[in-house]
Amino acid sequence: MTRQTRERMIEALLFASAVTAVVIVLLIMVFLFKEGAPFLIRYGIHTFCLGMEWNPIAMDGEPSYGIFPMIVGSVYIAAGSLVLAVPLGLGCAVFLVEIAPPWAQALIRRGIELLVGIPSVVLGFFGLVLLVPLIRESAGGFGFSILAGSVILAIMALPHIISISADAITAVPETYKQASLALGATRWHTIRNVILPAARSGIAAAVILGMGNSIGETMAVLMVTGNTPILPEPLYDVLDPVRTLTANIVIEMNYAAPGDHREALFATGIVLFVMVAILNAISHRVLKSRMEAGR
Amino acid sequence: MGTEDIEIESRNLNLWYGSAQALKDVSIPIEKNRVTALIGPSGCGKSTFIRCINRMNDLIKGCRITGKVLFEGRDVYEKDVDVVVLRKRIGMVFQKPNPFPMSIYDNIAYGPRIHGTQAKRELDEVVEDSLKAAALWDEVGGILDKPALDLSGGQQQRLCIARTLAVKPDVILFDEPCSALDPISTARIEDLINVLKHDYTIIIVTHNMQQAARVSDHTAFFLLGEMIEFGETKQIFERPVEKSTENYITGRFG
Amino acid sequence: MSAAVRTRIFSPDTTDRVASLLLWASAIATVLILLSIIGTIVYRGIGVIDISFLLDSPRMSGAEGGIFPAIVGTLCLVAVAILTAGPVGVGAAVYLTEYAPDNGVTHMITFGVECLAGIPSIVIGLFGYAFLVVYLGFGFSILSGGLALMFMILPWTVRASEEAIKTVSGDLKEGSVALGATKWQTIRQVVLPSALPGITTGVILGTGKAIGETAVIMYTAGSSLLLPESIFEPVRALPYHLYILASEGISDDMAYGSAAVLLGMVLLINFTAVTIQRYYQARSGLRH
Repeated sequence: MTRQTRERMIEALLFASAVTAVVIVLLIMVFLFKEGAPFLIRYGIHTFCLGMEWNPIAMDGEPSYGIFPMIVGSVYIAAGSLVLAVPLGLGCAVFLVEIAPPWAQALIRRGIELLVGIPSVVLGFFGLVLLVPLIRESAGGFGFSILAGSVILAIMALPHIISISADAITAVPETYKQASLALGATRWHTIRNVILPAARSGIAAAVILGMGNSIGETMAVLMVTGNTPILPEPLYDVLDPVRTLTANIVIEMNYAAPGDHREALFATGIVLFVMVAILNAISHRVLKSRMEAGR
Repeated sequence: MGTEDIEIESRNLNLWYGSAQALKDVSIPIEKNRVTALIGPSGCGKSTFIRCINRMNDLIKGCRITGKVLFEGRDVYEKDVDVVVLRKRIGMVFQKPNPFPMSIYDNIAYGPRIHGTQAKRELDEVVEDSLKAAALWDEVGGILDKPALDLSGGQQQRLCIARTLAVKPDVILFDEPCSALDPISTARIEDLINVLKHDYTIIIVTHNMQQAARVSDHTAFFLLGEMIEFGETKQIFERPVEKSTENYITGRFG
Repeated sequence: MSAAVRTRIFSPDTTDRVASLLLWASAIATVLILLSIIGTIVYRGIGVIDISFLLDSPRMSGAEGGIFPAIVGTLCLVAVAILTAGPVGVGAAVYLTEYAPDNGVTHMITFGVECLAGIPSIVIGLFGYAFLVVYLGFGFSILSGGLALMFMILPWTVRASEEAIKTVSGDLKEGSVALGATKWQTIRQVVLPSALPGITTGVILGTGKAIGETAVIMYTAGSSLLLPESIFEPVRALPYHLYILASEGISDDMAYGSAAVLLGMVLLINFTAVTIQRYYQARSGLRH
């Protein structure tokens, strides 16, 4: 039965393509852990993650591999970007769905499409030539800073936050809105007390996903944050430079000699991978429970 | 009727979608080269029934069947039945015209091609014959390379009939073929069915009782998944045995 | 009717007005941010771009000359990525939409696709270095970089193709199956042609993503400024070139020019994708 055999072979081939993604994910984990885990165990997960000093090429004494300042840096910048992007993005999403006249809707949708397309290295370059000098001149300091990183990441996160929030708001049943308006509530009242609460979990998922994306972002932050592997001093000084986990890998892979140093960079990759995976998992969980609650 | 004239026969056919039973113990003999109409209110199982004959229900997840559907004396649900051959021999025309987004020619040639006909001359012949048999040749003979989707609804449905004829089936199942069409297109399809029955065994599902009365030789009345009554169309419409058949035919429900 | 209610109709309360003012402001701010980025890059970069900038090789580490090898490098990398991610992604999507049973293996596959989409690009770059460059011995090359890019865009091609395939109407599939077509014949001759515009759009958008990506190719494709002669040779992609020009302070002008070219390529590609999508949406809207 040649026809049946052919059909079965095609199905097998399609199955193989489908499994490719799984195989790649597994390979990524295997190689990341193969290269980084031995070091992590040898050096100690605690000393690595909570160590305050990163000094892989020590002139005298032992080199040290503490990435705590970078974990703080990554989280700091990602959180900062959300503080900027969420209010703006949410406002834009509400505007888009509830208020915008058709021409403004079309304009914003086009704008979002454009913004998503801008490569991160171009955004980083924009930050480097415009934002960093601007911060240096207006707020003082070095210019390369947490603030600059947060602003650039906020711009990157903006289109995603707008579109996911807009979807969540659109999904709120029209009847809720009409019921509220029919009771004599103002438009703003309806948005604040009916629409946003109903869209809450969808927006939360967007925010968490945005956090994961921001922590994983490399080029844009690398070019504007100054990359010093120490904690800002004092901690709340957003004008201080900082280094993220992603930047740590990019900057040092170039010259890291095989051995502890290179393995420490793979270990940094493991920490990054785990952090982003946790955030993505939470975001998916939130979205899923939202869909189940919606039924 | 003599058993030698029975082409298709269902015996104690039961069908479940998940846990909902859609057909209950349905047994109908279908005579060769006759038109058999299945009537009944929507949701009564008549479409489900004809989809068992060419095993289109195989595509639906959670569909379970017991009983038999005999085609030329063999159960189509037996393990070694090749559904591809089965569907080639039992063609189907759907409720909504569903021409492929290709040219008129390619629509008709689709079936012959997948079954291995490649020669251009042979295909040309099949296309012309099928379109003529579906009474569409006069209208589209000159525009075979135009997209099929540019045709009117009635033309599209006759194209779908021609597409089915091109595969040279023995049986044609019509699943409410006129429900999306205007009265004039409907009349043309009915005329066509009256001609086609000389060469094919036809089963037609319809919610239009006049249509059943006009085109069919036998009629089966379905209600809530059960086959209530089966007989000569004339008898069903003039002297129904069952009370519920009479109620339906006289328009008291459905 | 009381007077209070009547005044309310003609003068909406102040909060409402302030709020909608703020909402308008946030939308305008978003558009302004976008315009300032694109405006700055284009304004400063357009003067740098001429034929020799596009077609010459860089001199003095890129401080002078053009960016031709970087454009070629980017196109080679993207070609490898699309030629691999396209077929695999479409195959995976066909499997997931048309064949996959509702079981654990299928769930694992969809989960895997989601996971891959969530992995930071630098982690994919690290993996590409360890697996493709070192372990498989492909070295810094177009092949390594292109495959690493493929890992990154694969989830997007799978999702876009899935979406496109799901929109093909079940009526057409039934029509084909009822004529005795096999599953694969139906998919190849009816489903895929109908889903093609959507799939194309998805793949083109993937191209746009791949062209701008830097972290993935830094440690897989290399940074050679020579023209490659085979896929086993290293290249420097345009975004990496831009990064080096800017971060090492080699030349602001050259950096602006490179950024403008890169931006132009990405926007052109995205525009094409969106146009194809709109064209087919409009057309299918007329027909159904």
